[in-house]
Amino acid sequence: MKEFSVPKLPLDDWIDQSLAFLTEHFAFFTKSISEPLEDIIEGIVEGLMYFPVWVLIIFFSLIGWRVAGNKVALGTLIGLSLLWNLRLWEATLETFTLVIVATFIAVLVGIPIGILAAISKKANHVLMPLMDFMQTMPAFVYLIPAIPFFGLGVVSALFSTVIFAMPPAIRLTCLGIKQVPTELIEAADAFGSTRFQKLMKVQFPLAIPTIMAGINQTIMLALSMVVIAAMIGAGGLGGEVWKAIQRLEAGMGFQAGIAIVILAMILDRISQKIGQRKM
Amino acid sequence: MEKIKIVKLTKIFGPHPEKALQLLTEGKSKDDIFNKTGQVIALTDISFEIPEGEILVVMGLSGSGKSTLIRCINRLIDPSFGQIFIDGIDITTLDHHALLELRRHKFGMVFQNFALFPHRCILNNVEYGLEIQQIDKALRQEKAKETIKLVGLEGWEEAMPSQLSGGMQQRVGLARALAIDPDILLMDEAFSALDPLIRNDMQNELMSLQARMKKTILFITHDLDEALKLGDRVVMMKDGQVVQIGTPEEIILAPTNHYVKQFIENVDKSKVLTVNAILTQNHHIIAYPDNKPDTVLLQFRKENLPYLFVVQRDNTLIGIVQREAVRNAVERGDKSIANLIQENIPTVTGTTPLKTLIALLAKWSGPLPVVDNSRKVQGMVDSHSVLVVLAETEKD
Repeated sequence: MKEFSVPKLPLDDWIDQSLAFLTEHFAFFTKSISEPLEDIIEGIVEGLMYFPVWVLIIFFSLIGWRVAGNKVALGTLIGLSLLWNLRLWEATLETFTLVIVATFIAVLVGIPIGILAAISKKANHVLMPLMDFMQTMPAFVYLIPAIPFFGLGVVSALFSTVIFAMPPAIRLTCLGIKQVPTELIEAADAFGSTRFQKLMKVQFPLAIPTIMAGINQTIMLALSMVVIAAMIGAGGLGGEVWKAIQRLEAGMGFQAGIAIVILAMILDRISQKIGQRKM
Repeated sequence: MEKIKIVKLTKIFGPHPEKALQLLTEGKSKDDIFNKTGQVIALTDISFEIPEGEILVVMGLSGSGKSTLIRCINRLIDPSFGQIFIDGIDITTLDHHALLELRRHKFGMVFQNFALFPHRCILNNVEYGLEIQQIDKALRQEKAKETIKLVGLEGWEEAMPSQLSGGMQQRVGLARALAIDPDILLMDEAFSALDPLIRNDMQNELMSLQARMKKTILFITHDLDEALKLGDRVVMMKDGQVVQIGTPEEIILAPTNHYVKQFIENVDKSKVLTVNAILTQNHHIIAYPDNKPDTVLLQFRKENLPYLFVVQRDNTLIGIVQREAVRNAVERGDKSIANLIQENIPTVTGTTPLKTLIALLAKWSGPLPVVDNSRKVQGMVDSHSVLVVLAETEKD
């Protein structure tokens, strides 16, 4: 085949160079927060391990019952008991903790950004393509630059999970606020509400069901990413799957996979119902 | 002084209103300007005043600019040109902070589709305006409860808007606007979304509330019957311009152009027109109790009436004397007509609608005295004059 004379753009080199620059100047900072974060996550897992397993199973089943009713409570009870029986309890807690912490950070950052995107057109123009990027970039790719910043292990996994899982929280917050009917905005304005009052008393409360749907999506994405993140040492259920892949043990792989499915269903049903209950 | 004064208000939607205004002053039509510049002329050169305590109804079809107009008054929409004075202050020059203050204290607004906050109970909806003013919670809830009672929704404080019927929801809308005790009520097609029967109830309710509160009310509607019923004065709008301003009677009796005439064609005029439109003033119809019977008889010959109205010296109505009775008294040689007076005659006032008058005339079969609030005689009306005025309004 004939070679084209147009030289290839060194896009990969550019990205490497900018990442190298960022690593050089910011890694000391990210490394310094990496350790305490890891301690926090391990602390939570250890804290949860401190309880007898059956206490936690009943506790989560009760939450399921309070929020989503009998069926979900029964499902939680059976599902978690199965995970315990399969000797996957610790891995489940690790994965659960990582998902919850990642979701917490993603929501904490995502909701204000979503509000900004809803009330400022300029912010919207910048954020929407950025989120397309965040969501469609293959999730594995985030793992590579995470390592120089946070080192191998759970914090790198957390970082890439947060990036991957945040867009729905931003998008649905933005959507929820934009969906508030104009006549209600007009009513709030007609009574002399300030922008902040309008946001806190009308727009945000009315957006809550949509925002909760976004949080549900964030949880699901976080869970799927946490499995991928096992490749850089996140451990947990993803770690079990990763081990099975390396040893080519189908039984072990499916066993861990089923555990992830069970955890996903429990988290999904409960977080969905929290969203619906609010109105 | 007038509460609201609008001077040459023009609203043009689009990025370069000056260009559109230039074309407008050159006499180009709305459509031409839209095709040339892509800008929409919503209001052109609107000027009128609303005195304190008046209900002014702006009436127009959709696209006439009436919704834009009401939103310019509290600057939910910023006017392009012209001034709006509220209590003598030009509000088009206010900065953001002053505008918020103005909205918080001067205006209560009621919306067509109620625009209640669905996540707040009735009490929280009604207290919204006070909450925005950061008034102490106990105080504002007390005030909100009072207002809820005023609109007849006591006991519904904890209910959510979705649990209420349309009519009740709009009562909440009204209460929310009244809770801040505004000088001015802005009502944007407030009753248009309601069933006819409920709408009628709400109109009556508004009028009885207004009799007590004496707010200045700007009411927008596309329903002429509603405009004529509620309005002390009516502004007729078409294509962003004022077509006619006047009292309901002036609009019915003297429509200024074909457009207004078309509109009033199907209106039941006898509901709008009042006794004032047909009142005859004539001092020959009056007699005093100490008049001699023969003087009174002379009066009868001139006036060809079945009876005269007998009044005291200060013009207060006592009753009537019949022609026959006076003639008999003359023959008997009575000193005065004092003993001949029949006291049980129905009366009407200047503001009695013709519809009510017609019913009375049908029963009574004779002219009726028109009196003011202290029963002083203003004149009389008879069935012939009713027929004349109704025939007049049907003429083309």
